[in-house]
This record gives sequence, structure tokens and C-alpha cells, in this order.
Amino acid sequence: MKLRICHLYPDLMNIYGDRGNIIALSRRAQWAGIEVEVVNVPLGASLDASACDIIFIGGGQDKEQALIAKDLQEVKGKAIIEAVQEGAALLAVCGGYQLLGKYFKTGADAVLPGIGLFDAWTVAGSKRCIGDVLVECDFTGERHTLVGFENHSGKTYLGESLKPLGKVLHGFGNNAEDGREGAIYKNAFGTYLHGSILPKNPWFTDHLIRVALQRRYGDQASLARVDTSFEDRAHQAVIARIRNRGKLDTGAI
Amino acid sequence: MELSRSSGCVAQESSESPSRPNTHVMVYLPPIGTHIAAWNSKTGLLPGSAGALRVSSVRLVAAIIAGKLVAFVSRHLNLGGGTTFPGQVTRRIDPRALEKMTARLEQGCIIVTGTNGKTTTTRMISNILRHAGFKPVHNRSGANLITGVTSAILNSSSLLGQPRGDVGLFEVDEANLPRTLAETHPKVVVINNLFRDQLDRYGEIDYVAGLWRGALQTLPPSACVVLNADDPLVASLGKSTRARVLYFGIEDERYGNQILEHAADSKSCVNCGARYVYDVAFYGHVGKYACPVCGEKRPLPNLYAAHLMLASTSGSELSLSTPDGPLEVKVSLPGLYNVYNTLAAAATGFALDIPVVAIKQGVDTFSAAFGRIERVAIGDKMVFLALVKNPVGFNEVLRTLFLDGLPKNLLILINDNIADGTDISWLWDVDFEALQGKVNSVVISGTRAEDMAVRLKYALVDTAAISLETDLDKALQAGLTNVGEGGTLYVLPTYTAMLEIRALMQKMGYVGKFWQD
Repeated sequence: MKLRICHLYPDLMNIYGDRGNIIALSRRAQWAGIEVEVVNVPLGASLDASACDIIFIGGGQDKEQALIAKDLQEVKGKAIIEAVQEGAALLAVCGGYQLLGKYFKTGADAVLPGIGLFDAWTVAGSKRCIGDVLVECDFTGERHTLVGFENHSGKTYLGESLKPLGKVLHGFGNNAEDGREGAIYKNAFGTYLHGSILPKNPWFTDHLIRVALQRRYGDQASLARVDTSFEDRAHQAVIARIRNRGKLDTGAI
Repeated sequence: MELSRSSGCVAQESSESPSRPNTHVMVYLPPIGTHIAAWNSKTGLLPGSAGALRVSSVRLVAAIIAGKLVAFVSRHLNLGGGTTFPGQVTRRIDPRALEKMTARLEQGCIIVTGTNGKTTTTRMISNILRHAGFKPVHNRSGANLITGVTSAILNSSSLLGQPRGDVGLFEVDEANLPRTLAETHPKVVVINNLFRDQLDRYGEIDYVAGLWRGALQTLPPSACVVLNADDPLVASLGKSTRARVLYFGIEDERYGNQILEHAADSKSCVNCGARYVYDVAFYGHVGKYACPVCGEKRPLPNLYAAHLMLASTSGSELSLSTPDGPLEVKVSLPGLYNVYNTLAAAATGFALDIPVVAIKQGVDTFSAAFGRIERVAIGDKMVFLALVKNPVGFNEVLRTLFLDGLPKNLLILINDNIADGTDISWLWDVDFEALQGKVNSVVISGTRAEDMAVRLKYALVDTAAISLETDLDKALQAGLTNVGEGGTLYVLPTYTAMLEIRALMQKMGYVGKFWQD
């Protein structure tokens, strides 16, 4: 079996170790015996919706984000939406997540248009949300936790029908107001978590690989179990440090 | 952290005054009115109403006394914070204290900033200045916020605010450049590079570049700005100032690559946003670049390395081309990044019209700033200590360590305290893949040891060679045990981890307190 990972704007949207997510996806798929091809899709290049198994877009600086917003509108937006409609897996982190919503209002008169994959919108906030995050998720049917680090000032709000990625147990999440973090639409996931997010949350990495495999090779395609010992230790270490700071109710997890 | 806090406390004893008794507080205590008046006329400090001047001076003296008392108390009670707290107190009483004291430095001030290499560059400049006969007042401990700079000049000033030195030499934190320039009115500003570092503290690099651009716009034409021609964002700052600009860079291409490292940060043109094309990249985004769209390109350096020879961990030999002709120097610090620190220091010498011979002596006789690079003997083994604090710096350290191609034993210490940067996602931008098959053992410790272990696993470093040890003492012992007789343990700590491991080795009796170096 083979998977093609499309890394959008790898040179511009890579501000918080986003490469770690590509490394995690590639390695875990390879360790499970799956052949992996990573395709870098830079500014100006078109995207072949049917050829993408997993799409990734990371975070960027303001200057880069404006360039990307334009490119998404003019070059890649349609193909991204098409791929997700067809069941491709997608992970968008921070700045990438913001631009896949409807818009990002960056200032009094400045609005970056989004592609509306997620029924969500972002407005610039005055406070920067920085720190460790712990999120509880149940979208796989099982209860899992996600750990990561967030650093954003934009506040993202979800439309009525859009599901969040999970519930914030510690940290700020989408907007520091409603206790929700990220967004899920079909197999597309938006999140503010970096750190990088996937290496320390191998169950999530494996979930993205699994749904991509099943879309390409049918529902019976299965993913071999791959060791998670170092990853689990790092995951638990984040939970422990949050708990040690007394910032987590003992009953929370 | 107790240990490192107490060593932080003694750090403000700069080498300018290694054992100055603090009793001078009494000796100098002046009959305020008369002395200040006398001093005013002596230094010709200037007109305005005598009354206002006196109020201003009395305020400064009060601020200095308070600051020195705080320094005295914190030093003798080992309270820590001795490198910044006195400055904080002084500034509270007289917010213009730094400006007033630096105004009395005969030769003015030199300000050094940049992401990597501030401390090393500043110390090398200090060595050059000494060989040229100057007496620098220097924030040698590396406390580089405005309070640290104020503490440094406070520490070397009389109670009347007269510095015991003739030139101010201050490294300043990136975000503090505008304030420092506004208060010190420097003669020379040196900017070495701009990389992604502690984004959680500073925001994005474009934001920092914007701060610097605004600050340099305030300089008069009589000032000089020393800039790295090979760092696109830094070089572009030369267009935003009325001051004279002196560029430094590397011409010799033998250590360059054709492609940019992953950790490169400013790859898009400052003018038009197009991607730069690189003839050669030395490290990160530092190299010979040009914009294929608008024509923006690397300025020709006034001082450059025409030939250079790197020798693994021992140092480099450089043939420089300078405005005054060729100059051969030997640097005892390894790595390409220290070549840039040397070029920045030498260029500063030229900016100040220091004779070539003093520049050469200053560079040739220079030894490393504490902890950045340090070799310590422990029994029959060696510990090689190199600070790592961001992707570009870490890549350079790895590249330098493995220039000899031999496998090594490592101890990696990753903390995420505020001084390290609390966001450790940068570990994923370091090219640890270069370690595949090259490490015999890696012991990992620090507050983010688990993240580091995952990073190495995904870099395909043999997990059997990796061990985690929470306790620093045990981690060091484990690392040393991995090293054979006569071998070397390569210790790579982040900033606060470096303070901790140094404090530990100090407790074990292997290294001196850092103010002694």
C-alpha cells in the first residue's frame, strides 16, 4: 500500500516545527509497512485532488499568511475542498486552520478571505494564547487526549453544525471562551495545537493514516500496530506537568 | 535551580572590577551640593538652569546609591538577580539614569544585538578594545535587558555617575534595541543575524526586523551600523538609516550548500516577497542571495572572509579582506557561526578606526564566553559543552561536532523555562537526521527530555542508544560512564540547562564560578 502526503506551502507555512507532523506521518506509515510519498506543493503550484491521500498545511507569519490566502483563493482552494469531499484526510494547524475557515479578520478593515472548508471564522484577538494544551476527544468512538502547545492571538468561532476537535481541559483552544478546540469536517481536522502535534499524539497520527488508507484501499484496509513507547511517555509528561502545576482537576482525566 | 540562581547573583561582578570592596559606598558619599556643582563644571555638562541640573544630578546620585545598595545586599546574601535588580531599582528612582551615565563615556557606546552570538561577539569586541587601549564598560554577564545594561554601568560607576571606563559595550536583547538606542545614543550598532528564536517571547521575525528598522532610523549620520551582508533581513536594514553602514560577510564558498536548510527563516524577499535565489547558503538563510524578481540582493561586504579553514571543534583560520588590506586571524572557537561572530567583531574594530594590529590581537587571543563553548576535564575524560538554543544554532553545533566524521557520546539537556523559550516545537526544525549512525550513546535530560527522545526516534537514531534520565546529576554520570577512558562527552544544553550543568560541575569542583573567566 502507498500513501501520498501533500504538504502545502512547506517553505512558507512552517513556523512552529510543522515539519514534525510530516515526519510523524511518514515514519509511522513506513513503520507500518506503507510506502509514503511526500509531495511539496508550494505557492503557485496546483493540487490534484484525487491524488492526495493526506493534506497538511501549517502555520505562518502574517506576511506569509496574506500570500497564502491569495494562493488558496486563486489556485488550490477548490482542489482542497474537492479532496476532502472525496474523503481525503487533512490536517491544518494554526494559520493554515484559520485560512480554511470562511475568513480571518486581521484588523479593523483588514480581512483575509478563507476557502470555507470549515464553517468557522477567525477574528484577531488582543491577547496572545500561549502555553501547553490538553484536549479531550471522542471522534473515533473512543476517548482520547491530545497534548500540544498553542501560540496564537486569532480567535476562531465555529458555526452551528461544525464539530470541534475536542474539549479543552487545559489551555485556551479556539477562542479562550467556549472551551472548544479545533474543528472536524469529514476527515479534515483543524487545530491550534503544534509542538508538533502529531509526534506526541500517535493515536491521532495513526487515525489520519488509517482513514486515508481506507479511502484509498477500502474499509477493510488495516494499519499495523506500531510502537508508541517514547511517544506515550512524552504525552504523559505533558499531562503530568499540567497536573503538577495544579492546573488540572484530578477528576478531569 | 538554587545553585544557578546563586551563581547568577555573583555574575554582575564584571572583570573590570573583580574584587572591588563595597566599602566605597561610604568613602565616596559626598556632601552632595558642593561635589555635584564642582563635578558639573569639570565635565562641562551642560548649561540649562543650574537648579534643574542639580535636581537631575541629585536624583541620579540617589538612584545610584539605591542601586549599589541593592547590588551589595543581593551579592552578600546570595539572593540572586544581581545582574538586573540593581538596574531596576536605579531606573525606578531615575528613569534617565542609563542615559545620564552613558553620556559621560568619553568614547560613547557600542550596542550589539542579533539572535545568535551576541555574547561571544561582544566579548570579542571587548578583547579588541582592550588591545587598543580602551577601557570598556561591558554587561559581561550577558544580562541584556535594559535593566541588565543599567546594572552593568551602575556597577562600574562612581556614586556621582562617572563610569570607570571610556567606552560602553552592551549586548542587548532583540526586543530591547529601540529603548537601548534611545537611551545610550550609540556610536556603533552591530547586528549579526536574525533567526527564529523564542517566538513565544518576541512574536515573528518580521516583527523584530520592524522594531530594528525603526530604531536604526533614529541614528544620526555620525553613527555607524555594522551589518551582516549575508543575512537578507539584517542587510536590508542598511537602507533604513542615515548612519554610515559597514557590511561584513563570507566570500569563500567552500563551506556553503546549494540548498537552504530546513531551518532557514527569511527566504522571501524583503521588497517583493518572491523567493530569494541562493548562489550559496552557509547556514540557515545566511548566504549569497538575490531576488530574481525585483533585483534586491546581498550588498558587497566591506570586510569579508576571503579564505577560511574550519578545523572541527578546535577553531578556524581566516584570511580577511578589510578596508585597510588583508588580515590573517586565528579564532579558537569552532564553527561557521563563530566565523560570523569574528567578522562582526573585526568590522566593529574598523568602524571605530582601531588599528589592524589591535584587531588581530583581540581576535587571536580571544577565548570563549562561558558555557557557549567550553571544555572541562573530569578525571581522565573531557566534557565538551556547547550551548544550543534554536534550530540554526543547534544545526551548526551538530555540523561542527561531526566535522571529523567520528561517532560520539552525547548528553542533550532540553529545558523550556522562559529563558529557553517555552515552546519547544523548534526541536522539529533541527536536522537530527544527521545523527543517524553517528552516535554511540545519547543521554537525555531536562524538563522536555521526553520530547527530545521522540524527536531522535523520528530522526531514526537507534532507540537502543537513547536513555532518559530525569536527574541531572545521574544524567551526567550516565553520560560519563558511556565514554571510554580518555574520551569526550559532548554536552548540548539549552540556556537554563547550561546554567544548571555548569552549577553542578562547579559543585563537583570542575569549573570555576563564571565571573572568574
